[in-house]
Amino acid sequence: MESVIEKKTMLECKDIKKAYPTPKGDFVVLEDFQLQVKEEEFISIIGHSGCGKSTLLTMVAGLNDITAGDILLDGTAIAGAGPDRAVVFQSPSLFPWMTALDNVLLGVKQVFPHATKKQREDICKYYLNKVGLGDAFHKKANDLSQGMKQRVGIARAFALKPKVLLLDEPFGMLDSMTRVELQDVLIDVWSKEKITAIMVTHDVDEAIFLSDRVIMMTGGPYAKVGDIAHIGLERPRERHAVLEHPDFYKYRQHLLTFLDH
Amino acid sequence: MSSKISNALRWIGFTSLEPLLKLIRGEEPKKNGLLVFKKLLVPILSVFIFLGVCNAGAKYLYNIERERKIENTRSVQGEEAAQQMADCIDSGDISCKPNSLPSPADVWSGAKTLVEDHKMITADKKEFKEKTAAINKKRKKQGKSPIEYTGRPSFVDQIITSLKTVFAGFLLAALIAIPAGIVLGLSETLRSGLNWVIQIFKPVSPVVWLLLVSMVIKTILANADMDKSFVISFISVGLCSMWATLVNTSMGVSSVDKDYLNVSKVLRLGVLSNVFKVVLPASVPLIFTGLRITLSVAWMVLIAIELLAQSPGLGSFVWEEFQNGSSDSNAKIIVAMFVIGGIGFLLDRIMMFVQKMVSFDSKA
Ligand SMILES: Nc1ncnc2c1ncn2[C@@H]1O[C@H](COP(=O)(O)OP(=O)(O)O)[C@@H](O)[C@H]1O
Ligand SMILES: [Mg+2]
Repeated sequence: MESVIEKKTMLECKDIKKAYPTPKGDFVVLEDFQLQVKEEEFISIIGHSGCGKSTLLTMVAGLNDITAGDILLDGTAIAGAGPDRAVVFQSPSLFPWMTALDNVLLGVKQVFPHATKKQREDICKYYLNKVGLGDAFHKKANDLSQGMKQRVGIARAFALKPKVLLLDEPFGMLDSMTRVELQDVLIDVWSKEKITAIMVTHDVDEAIFLSDRVIMMTGGPYAKVGDIAHIGLERPRERHAVLEHPDFYKYRQHLLTFLDH
Repeated sequence: MSSKISNALRWIGFTSLEPLLKLIRGEEPKKNGLLVFKKLLVPILSVFIFLGVCNAGAKYLYNIERERKIENTRSVQGEEAAQQMADCIDSGDISCKPNSLPSPADVWSGAKTLVEDHKMITADKKEFKEKTAAINKKRKKQGKSPIEYTGRPSFVDQIITSLKTVFAGFLLAALIAIPAGIVLGLSETLRSGLNWVIQIFKPVSPVVWLLLVSMVIKTILANADMDKSFVISFISVGLCSMWATLVNTSMGVSSVDKDYLNVSKVLRLGVLSNVFKVVLPASVPLIFTGLRITLSVAWMVLIAIELLAQSPGLGSFVWEEFQNGSSDSNAKIIVAMFVIGGIGFLLDRIMMFVQKMVSFDSKA
C-alpha cells in the first residue's frame, strides 16, 4: 500500500457538478464530486443504476461537458476527447466493416503517426495476441462473437498507450462464463502495462477482483462519493486464491451493505 | 454443394426455388411441400390467371370493336358492305382488323416480329459495314469522318439506348446526391436550412424537369456538336431521380451510431478520416437504399422523358408505335411494357446484389 501512496496523482476530479437541462429545469446528476486516482492504480466505481456512473466516465473521456469543476489529467485540465483517455464501451463499438486488426490499427495510426506500417501492425498484433485473438486478425468485426469483439475493444484501448483507461461496464453484456474469461484477460494485460484504470461495474466480485480501490457512489440525484473500500489483496491475483481469501468476504460484505441502503 | 446452390439462389434473390430443391432432395417434405405451394405454385398459377383474364378481356373488347366497325360500315355503305366487312374481319385479314387491346397471342407474335425485325436490321448493318469498310478506310486516311449506318434502329437498339440514358442519368444523380447528402448529413444547420429545396423540388414532375433542363441546355449547347436530346434526357432523368439518394444519404450520415462517433472522437480522427472511415461506411446501407429507389425512379421516368424529348429509346419507340397505328402496333406496345417492367425488375435486383456486396450488414 505504501508504494501506491507515493505515486503521483494521474487523474483528479475537483468539485465536479453535472446537470442535464430538462424541460422541467436542470437535473443535477453529480454535485461536489471528488476523486483522485494515482498512477498505476486500478479503481472501480459501483453504485445504483442511474446514479451517474456513465456520466462521470464520459466526462472524464471528454465526450460529455462538465457543468462545473475541473478534471485534471496528469496535472492539466482536459479539453475534449483524446486517445490519452482510451475508452472501452459497454457495447464493443467496433467498426463492423473493418477487420479486427484494422479496428486496432485505426487508433494506433493516430497515436503513432511516425511509426512505420510494420511497427504499427506489430503493436496491434501484440495486443490482439495478448487478448487471445492471435488467429483472428483478419476476421471482420461483424463475424466475431460478442466476447471476441470486447477482446478487440480491450486490445484497441491498450494499443493507444493511454494515460488512463476508462471502462464502462465492459462485460455487462456478456454471459457469466465469458465475463470471467475477459476479466482474466483484462487483468493479465493490465498487470504488464499498469495503466491507470477506472472501471464502472455493477458486479461486486468483479470490482474486488480487479481493483485497488472500489468507489461507492451515493444514489442520484446529487450523487457523490459515499464510501471507498481499499482492496489490499496481493497482486498478481489468482481467481481461486482471491475467492478463498478471508478478506474477500469482508470486502464483499462492505460493498453489498453499502449498496443495500 | 446443395447449400451452395441455395446460397447462390438467395444471393440473387430467388428464394422461391429453395424449397423446391429441398423437396426434390426429400428434406422435410411436409414443410417444404407447403412452401413450394406458397412460393412457387401460387405465383405460377397467378400468371395463368393473369393471362386468362387478359385473353378474355381482349376478346371482349375485340368483339365490341368488331360490332362497331360492322355497324359503321352498314350505316355508311349499306348491308352488303357490312357483310363483306364481317367476312373480312373473321378471315383474319390484317387490312380490316379491329384496333383494340391485343390478346396474349397477339402480344407473343408481336414479340416475335420484333425479334425478326432486329435480326434483319442487324444483318443489314453488317452488310453495310462490309460494303463501306474499304471506303471508310480511305476516308480515315484522308482525315474525313467515316460513313455511318443511318437506318432505322431495331427494338434491341432502342433498349440499349434507353439503358445508356438511364445509366448516365443515374450516375449524374449519384454524383450530385451522395456528396450533397453527406454535406447535409454532417451539418445540422445546412440540413434544416436547405430542407425547403428538397421539399419543393422532390415532387416536381419529370415533364417539368425536362422543360427546365431543355431551356438551360439549349442555350449552353447551342453550338456544340453533340446529341442534345440525349444530354437533355439524361440530365432530366438524373434530376428527377436523385432526391431519394439525397434524402437517404443525409439521413444515413446524420444518424450514424453515437458509439461510432464517440470512438472517432476518442481517436481524434481528422475530418476526412472521420467521413471516409466511419461516417460513410456506416451509412452505406441507407445510401444504397436511396440508390435503389433512384435507379427505379430513373427507369420509370425515362420512358416519359424520352417520349417527350424525342430522344431515341424505348419511350420514343412506344410513342411511334402508338402513332403509326399499324395492325400489330398495339401488341408491340404491350411487348415494350413487359420489357420495361422486366428490365426495371432486373436493375433493382442488380442493385440489391451490389448492396449486399458492399454492405457490412451482409447478414441482414
Ligand atoms: N443526455 C442526458 N440528458 C438528460 N438526462 C440524462 C442524460 N444522460 C443521462 N441522464 C440521466 O442522468 C442520470 C445518470 O445517468 P447515467 O450516468 O447513465 O447513470 P449510470 O451509468 O450510473 O446508470 C440518469 O438518471 C439519466 O436518466
Ligand atoms: Mg451506465
